Amino acid sequence: MLTGLNLEVPRGETITIFGPNGAGKTTLLRVLGSLTRPDRGTISINGFALSEQAAFARSTIGVVMHSSLLYGDLTARENLRFYGSLFGLNDTESRIDTLAQRLNVAHRLNDKVRDLSHGLEKRVSFVRALLHRPRLLLLDEPESGLDQNTLGIFEDLLAEFRAAGGATVLVTHSLERGLALSDRIAILGGGRIVFDDRSENVTIKELPAIYRNFTGEVS
Amino acid sequence: MKLSLGPVWAVAKKDLLLEVRNREIVISILVFSGLVFIIFNFAIELTRVNRDTVGPGVLWVAFIFAAILGLNRSFIIEKDGNALEGMMLSPVSRDTILVGKTLGNLLFMITALVVLFPVFTALFNVNVLKVEIIVIAVLATIGLSTIGTMFAALSVNTRAREIMLPVLFLPIAVPILIAAVEGTAQVTQGGSWSEAAEWFQVLAAFDIVFVIAALLTFQFLLED
Repeated sequence: MLTGLNLEVPRGETITIFGPNGAGKTTLLRVLGSLTRPDRGTISINGFALSEQAAFARSTIGVVMHSSLLYGDLTARENLRFYGSLFGLNDTESRIDTLAQRLNVAHRLNDKVRDLSHGLEKRVSFVRALLHRPRLLLLDEPESGLDQNTLGIFEDLLAEFRAAGGATVLVTHSLERGLALSDRIAILGGGRIVFDDRSENVTIKELPAIYRNFTGEVS
Repeated sequence: MKLSLGPVWAVAKKDLLLEVRNREIVISILVFSGLVFIIFNFAIELTRVNRDTVGPGVLWVAFIFAAILGLNRSFIIEKDGNALEGMMLSPVSRDTILVGKTLGNLLFMITALVVLFPVFTALFNVNVLKVEIIVIAVLATIGLSTIGTMFAALSVNTRAREIMLPVLFLPIAVPILIAAVEGTAQVTQGGSWSEAAEWFQVLAAFDIVFVIAALLTFQFLLED
């Protein structure tokens, strides 16, 4: 459960949310993605109030969650075409090809998602999340299942996205990666943000102690 | 409520593509209905007199129970990989998603009936391949797929969804079942077009009520 949460992520900024299991990290992403309706409070995404203009807000959000959000019995390309049609894209095929090349999954686009390894499925999830040129990325432990090579590609993509003015909310348990990828870090504990600072003000040596102090748990 | 035809068709087309791959929904409706036809064929001693009155009841009861299997299945595929949430993260409204699902379920039910009618005619020696009965079937499946999708969406997140769906769906489907059985019996017993038309009107009235109810509630059914 989230309470008294006040969070602003400007354009071009990546914020990493850390926190122990059950702290509310995934719930926060679900609320921002309009999958879970908050009891009270307001959320504005790219200038659209989520309560009144959810469709407009959702058209600007790309989400990577634990599950792939893909149909196992459709091929990767069929899944991506379907999402392209839901987002009303005119250039779905070229977007699929460009992003799939970039994420090194183009050679498996015609395979059923069920037949892909977890890592490949995750790469297709990234293509799905980026297909409609979102301006806000919500990433829930995106690094899980990715090999070192794909992690490098993912980090490059995230840097490009940030440079192009995209905002990112990243949830991860990896303190090192989270700190390296973000402009700001926050620690969520008991449904509240208990720590929030610029990344440059925190070193990786200090971060485990900060995390322990604010959550009472070892990272 | 904002509905646009493009995304509605995209959702239905995706369901059709999945069905072409798996053949799970239509096959489960066909197998279950076919088995019920065979069981009743042996269990009831059909005579020239009772065949036309008992037959329509068997046809529609078997179909309605079989349809529950298909409706459940149509939402279980959405839970696999959490794809339903993927759709909910797109700009299309919740109503659009469920209208698309309803259209898909309607097409599955009609496809199943296209196969079941000749099978039933052959097994029961009751000719249901008549225009009036086809109109009844189309009207009945519109209502059944609409409320079926509504309750399948409602029950998909419950633990006992296999039980929950029939418990919710069957009582509400009773008026359609009665009208379909009575209308079909009227035709098989040699009733006129105008007599059958009375049942068309009853079914159409229920369809209108159910479609309006569904359009008003669809947007709330997928809320967390």
